Amino acid sequence: MATAHPPSSALEATSAERYQGLRMFMANKAALFGAVLMAIILFVSYILPAIFTDDKFAYAGKRHLAPFSENGPFFGTDYLGRGVGLIVMHGGSTTLEVAGFAALLIVTVGAVVGALAGFYGGIVDRALMKVTEFFQVLPGLLFALVVVALFGASTITIVLAIGIISWPPVARQTRSEFLRQKNLEYVKAARSIGASNARIILRTILPNTLPVLIVQATLTMGAAILFEAGLAFLGLGDPESLSWGYYVGLNRQYFLVNWWGVTFPGFMVFITVLSLSLIGDGIQDAINPKLRGR
Amino acid sequence: MKAIAVKIFESFLLILAVIVFNFVLIYLAPGDVVDALSGGAFGDGREEINQLIREQMGLDQPFHVQLITYIGNVLTGDFGFSPIGNRPVIEMIAPRIFPTLLLALCALAFAVIIGVTIGSIAARRPTSFFSGGLTVFALIGFAMPVFWTGILLVLVFGVWLDWLPVSGMNNLRLSSSAGFVERALDTARHLVLPTISLGVIFLASYARLSRASMLEVLQSDYIRTARAKGLSEGPVMIKHALRNAVIPIITVLGMEFGVLLSGAILVETVFNWPGLGRLAFEAVLTRDTNVLLAILTMVSATVILANLVTDIAYRLVDPRIRIGDV
Repeated sequence: MATAHPPSSALEATSAERYQGLRMFMANKAALFGAVLMAIILFVSYILPAIFTDDKFAYAGKRHLAPFSENGPFFGTDYLGRGVGLIVMHGGSTTLEVAGFAALLIVTVGAVVGALAGFYGGIVDRALMKVTEFFQVLPGLLFALVVVALFGASTITIVLAIGIISWPPVARQTRSEFLRQKNLEYVKAARSIGASNARIILRTILPNTLPVLIVQATLTMGAAILFEAGLAFLGLGDPESLSWGYYVGLNRQYFLVNWWGVTFPGFMVFITVLSLSLIGDGIQDAINPKLRGR
Repeated sequence: MKAIAVKIFESFLLILAVIVFNFVLIYLAPGDVVDALSGGAFGDGREEINQLIREQMGLDQPFHVQLITYIGNVLTGDFGFSPIGNRPVIEMIAPRIFPTLLLALCALAFAVIIGVTIGSIAARRPTSFFSGGLTVFALIGFAMPVFWTGILLVLVFGVWLDWLPVSGMNNLRLSSSAGFVERALDTARHLVLPTISLGVIFLASYARLSRASMLEVLQSDYIRTARAKGLSEGPVMIKHALRNAVIPIITVLGMEFGVLLSGAILVETVFNWPGLGRLAFEAVLTRDTNVLLAILTMVSATVILANLVTDIAYRLVDPRIRIGDV
């Protein structure tokens, strides 16, 4: 019905815009490649483990450090004779979940701080921006390393550690969006019909900053995966779940005789971050065609 | 001038805040250096002995006393004593600063020089294959985990091709009578692979950034004027365009110094580089609180200082900012 007549309400206009955005995303070959890559990664991390339910810690029954042409679908064995492929496919969900939760935390904190600072301005803005600046000068990975090592490596501490150091850029981005939008006509209109501040922030401006936040979430998740991998590589990960970075760290000592043990899990981290970047850029282009190619 | 003074004062407050925050965090964490030191030793009387050690180290004092003592000491340049290294903290840290700074600055120089060159070339022909390839290259550079790049470089250039050393900062077999030049050349050879692994992340993003900012500058009126005056491409690109296009890079440079030092931890681990990052990692494992606090403080202070310098440099490169001072 919506196509039969020109959009009569704001809602229809945005859904038409969204459809156009989706079309632009699909036409963007790089973004599409990223989406296909992500589908493959999800398949490897969630479907394959359901098919190959072998115990990943079990001795594969082959020799130790077997080259990757041996041990059938599991591409060789590691220093304990475990299947490299099996551990890599089981490690995916750990990496993705830690990064997913971290991205959620980062975007939530960043959005709240940025929204309050941008909307209220004045002293609230200055105070919140000082706090943001403070967290921005903390030395990223080093700080996360300290937090995780002191409070013990668990999913919660890793997510929190990554979250603490990563939210400031999101807050800045959200703030500038709010600063830009709060003086636009539609916000004035909402105010003139007596909408409260909370309502204007949550129901009026926030939905319009959502595209920006989605892009940020995608890119942040990529960065969080790299953080998790770095921490885990240094040995600060859950030894039960063996994330990709953790597994690279374990195999590092043997990489002269077992290059596939470090190459495969590292490659998975690489293509996951790559695919998230491509998808994020694709959404960005679809929202704001002017920035394309920058 | 007043704006700069305010900035300096704010930076100082920020450093203080960082010290307090880190101190509180380490205080709140379960366990302390004494637990790590004594481990399972001393049998039944262990708690009493631990208590004695704590009294000796002043760890039994109330929290605020410890904090104020610590800040007072730090302000006079005393970072305390490391029970693990059995030396003053400053003596443990001092020899580690140069290697890390050397690595970080080399990586930065590598990234800026090559990144800006590639970006500027790409900006001259924005629709070319080279220019399109740059975007892909930037994404790949960002997505490669630093430690993984490092290991792959070691495998290819250190082991398979056997071109470069892969561990440490100097060859252990280098005779102690080796002259300065010989020593420096040896260090330079050891620097190549760590510099590339650390620099690649930034190389990609600088190339992309300078391409975008060059594109914008090249479309501006004053470039058209410069060309209309009959200036050849070289001076236009270098004197007119590059100077303006470099401003966003300077901004990012200061903000990313912390990221650089973080990456240095991973690179130092992969290449056994004797820097601050590895010392920090060891201090985390042994709960060497004073060393840890000192490194965290120094790294944050460096980032804050880098931001300050950037801010001032920014005003010098672009006089408009100086006039329209905040």
